[in-house]
Amino acid sequence: MIRFENVGLRYGMGAEVLRDLSFQIAPRSFQFLTGPSGAGKSTLLRLLFLSLRPTRGLISIFDRDVATLPKSDLPALRRRIGVVFQDFRLLDHLTTFENVALPLRVLGREEATYRADVIELLKWVGLGDRVQALPPILSGGEKQRAAIARALIGQPEILLADEPTGNVDPPLAKRLLRLFVELNRLGTSVVIATHDIGLMNQFDARRLVLHEGRLSVYE
Amino acid sequence: MSETHPQRERAATPARRQGPRATPPGPIVPAGSIAGRSLTIVVAIMSFLACLTLGAVTLVRDASLDWQSDIVREITIQVRPVDGIDTDAEAQKATDLAARTPGVASARPLSAWENAQLLEPWLGSGLDMSDLPIPRLIVVELANPDAVDLTALSARLTKEIKGASLDDHRTWTDRLKAMANATVIIGFSILALVFVATVLSVVFATRGAMSSNRDIVSVLHYVGAEAGFIAHEFQRHFLILGLKGGLWGAAGATLMFLMLSFLFGRSIATPEGDQVSALFGRFAIGPTGYVGALGIAILIALMTAITSRLTVFRHLASIE
Repeated sequence: MIRFENVGLRYGMGAEVLRDLSFQIAPRSFQFLTGPSGAGKSTLLRLLFLSLRPTRGLISIFDRDVATLPKSDLPALRRRIGVVFQDFRLLDHLTTFENVALPLRVLGREEATYRADVIELLKWVGLGDRVQALPPILSGGEKQRAAIARALIGQPEILLADEPTGNVDPPLAKRLLRLFVELNRLGTSVVIATHDIGLMNQFDARRLVLHEGRLSVYE
Repeated sequence: MSETHPQRERAATPARRQGPRATPPGPIVPAGSIAGRSLTIVVAIMSFLACLTLGAVTLVRDASLDWQSDIVREITIQVRPVDGIDTDAEAQKATDLAARTPGVASARPLSAWENAQLLEPWLGSGLDMSDLPIPRLIVVELANPDAVDLTALSARLTKEIKGASLDDHRTWTDRLKAMANATVIIGFSILALVFVATVLSVVFATRGAMSSNRDIVSVLHYVGAEAGFIAHEFQRHFLILGLKGGLWGAAGATLMFLMLSFLFGRSIATPEGDQVSALFGRFAIGPTGYVGALGIAILIALMTAITSRLTVFRHLASIE
């Protein structure tokens, strides 16, 4: 589904931030992406959701070579990838419902066609009673779950989550992990970037470990 | 938290209207932000100034055209007293001659009383004018200035009537025209400068307002919105902001002109009012002024919208 071959990335004329990355993300797979702070996890995630292009090497996403992708094809491809940002990136002037529905709304769909789905998903992530709340009054955990719901509403083939448990207490982190595992069991590939070893120890999964820009894969 | 996958449940559940929502979704671009309000105020002020300048330029241009046509429509024949000649009889002859000339609407000698009125500021009242060698003036109104051969009329007057001369006010008109044209050119230059200032301040204010919306652009981008969709959302929002500001400004300028027109209309019988109306006519801007003001408001709104669109594309290019 996603394939990296000898991928390198540098910002401007600086040293390479990522070096010789070669790995694959298979359909229905589950992996943690880990490594110390500043190892390049967020940069690698940006490469994965097409927000950056590599300075060398090959990235193929859904069998398309990223280097030759025209800009006009990016939105359609991006809709097949769900992203949960570390800082949530919810729009403060929209309700939880509207934030979660955003990926469908930008497709020009009428609210009546997706209302039931969004409500259902909000219930699934445990926000059934926060439908009308605005993000500023949500707790960190609620914001996190709203961000996860927004990433899932378009039924992506792969979910990328950047430190999804960074802002929540351990019991909630455990619940969120169960959510991701359940999602994966139902067919979605999951990549969770985290440096929380406790979280990774709760679920036996493939680990992609970044260290000083290089990647080691532990199956 | 339920452990049932929503996607699976979705397939089994027909889309039903449930949940507490019944209101239409809120706008993707927030309607009332501080940056948006500041932009509306900047647009309103700049549009007000542009409309005011346009109104003033229209006023000066219309007034200068009026002066020119009024002065061209009137000429004066002067009959100077000559020894041994009856000046009044010569004046009457000149009047008849002028009245018979094609293109002339009317010719009328000023009465002794009117002459006295004209001279009163210099000579004082109560003088017996008949003792003084005062030239007679004949006011000739032209129906069609182009149809009158002023050179021929002047030649005939000099030849047939003793002491007569024709003053067609040409020197006056030419100077006035030059002055009026200069005023209009200066007015248009100021208008052009105000326009440039308006364009620049609207563009910068829009970019400022857009910078607070960068996060929204990024989020829409990452959830897979097409660039055109994002640009359209912002363009629509900023067009409304710009139109609101532009119309407020134009309406303010129009109101100001109407008020001035009303105030000068009331003081028309006073000496100050007469001065103003001599310079500016009725002090009313014509339809050109009002249509122009509306045009300025629309133009500014379009500029606001286009700037927001370009800013969206620039931001998208920077985060891609």
